[in-house]
Amino acid sequence: MTHGIVLASGMAAETQALAFWILAVIAVAAALAMVLAPRAVHCAVLLAIVMLSLAVLYALLGAPFLAFVQVIVYTGAVLMLFLFVLMIVGVSSRDSLVETIRGQRLAAALVGIGLLVLLSLIIGHAAIGPAAPAGPDYGASNVQGIATLIFTTYVFPFEVTSALLITAALGAMVLAHQERLGPKPTQRQLSRLRIASGRSAPLPGPGTYARHNAVDMPALLPDGSQSELSVSPVISGRPDPRLSELGAARPADPQAPGGVLPPDSDRSEVAGGDSEHEGARW
Amino acid sequence: MVSPAHFVALAVILFVIGGVGVLVRRNAIVIFMSVELMLNAVNLAFVAFSRMRGNLDGQVIAFFVMVVAAAEVVVGLAILTSIFRARRSASVDDANLLKY
Repeated sequence: MTHGIVLASGMAAETQALAFWILAVIAVAAALAMVLAPRAVHCAVLLAIVMLSLAVLYALLGAPFLAFVQVIVYTGAVLMLFLFVLMIVGVSSRDSLVETIRGQRLAAALVGIGLLVLLSLIIGHAAIGPAAPAGPDYGASNVQGIATLIFTTYVFPFEVTSALLITAALGAMVLAHQERLGPKPTQRQLSRLRIASGRSAPLPGPGTYARHNAVDMPALLPDGSQSELSVSPVISGRPDPRLSELGAARPADPQAPGGVLPPDSDRSEVAGGDSEHEGARW
Repeated sequence: MVSPAHFVALAVILFVIGGVGVLVRRNAIVIFMSVELMLNAVNLAFVAFSRMRGNLDGQVIAFFVMVVAAAEVVVGLAILTSIFRARRSASVDDANLLKY
């Protein structure tokens, strides 16, 4: 915790001011970009930048415990949860740029400006004094000070917090639980379905070449065309410039399968309609 | 010299940006992220006021806000996944079953 002391009291005022202005600019820019970025994944990454700069700002304010909690809980746990849900919902999901309510963005901007003016006036009228002299609470004994407060003055809210956490965990399990609507298909039924689908053999694996060896490279059929079935539809949905390198004799179009391919045998159909893979197209 | 007022001003700006994000965005996950941004801004104000007052109560409150925000995110994202499973969409425009 010696860093806490350094950040709270030992650091020169100019250094502190420089750090504040750099971090403030980074945080505001990342927050604005988060609101404006169309893709949800970019929003998550930009939010991580905001949260990390806030953690350093906490350290500047002499709260090393909160700085670490911010990194561990927010950037570590909460944002990872966001990213997990984004993977389920689909990484490529983006907001539609069509306004569903007419004039909504203009109204939102006006509300934002109004809120900013209102809060600025309140802050301007409030008497926010200078920082109190940095005592030991802002450095070496920050953790001890917070622990003393939590386990004396705030012991009841602290206990209520534990009940809240248990309830939240239980609620998440109940809400995310998926009820099985039909009976689970047996192995016999699955094999019958497989035979009935007309494709009894497993799907072809991806191509292995001298220069490329990855799941997104299609296998080449005996006539030199690319096997559409060898690449998962989740991956093949993305345009890949490397695909044009392969099979240069014929136009590389993943949407136009070669003559030997059965045109309608979709891979996701054979795989039983995996919900995650379907979702990734959204 | 940076005073707590600077930190509070930064918190106000971040709070407003988060509020505009909640109003503008259509993807429910991004709306959630904007709510998190607002909570973080309030935390920053709490810590700044704690620094101004010279005691640790503000930091303890910010700690509690973090705990409640974590619980809220867990439940909210579970609701989002179940809505997504039913509707195949994370847009708030598509969850209109209760709309009159």
